[in-house]
Amino acid sequence: MAFYRPAPYQKPLAGILLLALLALPTVLTAFGQEFYIGFATRVLIFALAASSLNLVLGFGGMFSLGHAAFFGAGAYAAAICLNSGISEALFALPLAMLAAGLFALLVGAVSLRTRGVYFIMITLAFAQMAYYLFVSARSWGGDDGLPLPARMTLGGLPLAGDAALFYTALGCLGLVIVLLGRLAEARFGRVIQAIRENETRMEALGYPVFRYRLLCFALGGALAGLAGALLANLSGLASPNLLQWTQSGTLLVMLIIGGVGYLYGGVVGAVVLLGLEEVLAGFTLHWHIGLGLLLLGIVLFAPKGVAALFGKRHD
Amino acid sequence: MTEPLLDVRQLSRRFAAVDALKTVNFSVEAGEVHALIGPNGAGKTTFIHHVSGALQPDSGSIHFAGRDVTRRSMHQRVAAGMARSYQITNVFRGLSALDNVALAVQGRADSGSSFRFWRPVRCETALFDEARGYLAQVGLADKVETVAGNLSHGEQRALELAMALATQPKLLLLDEPMAGTGPEESARMVELIEQLARHVTILLVEHDMAAVFRLADRISVLVNGQLICTGTPEAVRQNADVRRAYLGDHL
Repeated sequence: MAFYRPAPYQKPLAGILLLALLALPTVLTAFGQEFYIGFATRVLIFALAASSLNLVLGFGGMFSLGHAAFFGAGAYAAAICLNSGISEALFALPLAMLAAGLFALLVGAVSLRTRGVYFIMITLAFAQMAYYLFVSARSWGGDDGLPLPARMTLGGLPLAGDAALFYTALGCLGLVIVLLGRLAEARFGRVIQAIRENETRMEALGYPVFRYRLLCFALGGALAGLAGALLANLSGLASPNLLQWTQSGTLLVMLIIGGVGYLYGGVVGAVVLLGLEEVLAGFTLHWHIGLGLLLLGIVLFAPKGVAALFGKRHD
Repeated sequence: MTEPLLDVRQLSRRFAAVDALKTVNFSVEAGEVHALIGPNGAGKTTFIHHVSGALQPDSGSIHFAGRDVTRRSMHQRVAAGMARSYQITNVFRGLSALDNVALAVQGRADSGSSFRFWRPVRCETALFDEARGYLAQVGLADKVETVAGNLSHGEQRALELAMALATQPKLLLLDEPMAGTGPEESARMVELIEQLARHVTILLVEHDMAAVFRLADRISVLVNGQLICTGTPEAVRQNADVRRAYLGDHL
């Protein structure tokens, strides 16, 4: 292991990608393929969610199988905000992040006292508890989910159009990637990466390990909450399915495909997985077979993920 | 007489049916090198684990620098000025020697909070300048950029020492610093510890008797979890119990 350092061509590559994404809605509209703007927004949102898991798992080394709970909590927080009249994204999104972050703080405060397989199990248990809580919460729609009366507004402008929501998601993802990139090279990032490698040694150097892990876990939860809030806006619904453990599994698979601990691992994984799903589902109902084969291929030939094929994590 | 820097009182610990430590009374005076010796399985490493905070005793207390630290966690004890090196080399093998020590400097409260999320560490030249100083102190000035995993065993032990020093300890717990080193590296390590002893109090656990008798101001002997003798090297050498219990012909 070494500390995260960006590959030299990472920034120019990201710049080109950003320009392409900025032009995407216009291009799609010109070709009459507006449908794909919604799909692209979905990819961006999942890229954000997988990146938030990357902070927890990739940099922090915490193998959480309950990350979707914070994703779903963010979605519900946004839905509740909208249903109670808070429709401004500048308030609703931070509120959703706060709610998901506090929830993660609680879950982390308990589960981070365990290690290894127990940690996996306890985060899973918390997520399932949250899932059943929302399923049984009648006033929030039970297992039908909580519909949104309308999408949020950003600075007073409605995000009703698909392009507007796409740009909002793109902005959020861009900010989060920049934040994670800075964080990974800053003091906090170094500490959590070193804790990932050897927490006893860090304790013996005087670091209050628990506090660092907890903050990292809560921060990851808050960012997942942001993704959840955006997804609720996209689909017009906060569904309890978002909290289910299979959703945590999907995020994990994305991250593993993309590259755990690589800044763009979550983004690459979301693009590959959702893109593949979209393409294969057009051919056959049994598209999961193709996905399985891809996963096998990744594990066998690129065990560090697709992002690792492009850049070294500086090992 | 002033209060000792480290004062362990009536420390006991049982593991299942084994008394690992039996009412151990032990102290380290500020400025001295105090060696703890004993046959394999005597409980030396268990004792160090209790002092450093990795393990909690069943009864007894540990006072450090005038404060009761018995219930303090490991990182709190480090912050109070107690640093340790490990019997088995425990460095970040994928990081350069410099990054290893910089991490130790960064962990000190007076180097500022590590809850910082924006400014890249590589811009913090003060951190690395200080780290270079510790590396020079242990003789690794020309290995600064070497990845720790590529250092020789003896160099890794020295790096471990540099990391402990970077926490600016009042008391250095050295758990078998000579373990696994060749005669040449050992000799260098003894010299190094001799130098360090001028600035910092040391509790040394070591099997190498030549090193112990050369370095120690006082020696304590632990046998089967009991402290059977504490005294100057000369007194310990003469002590009949010690000779019978374990040292035999070595002295």
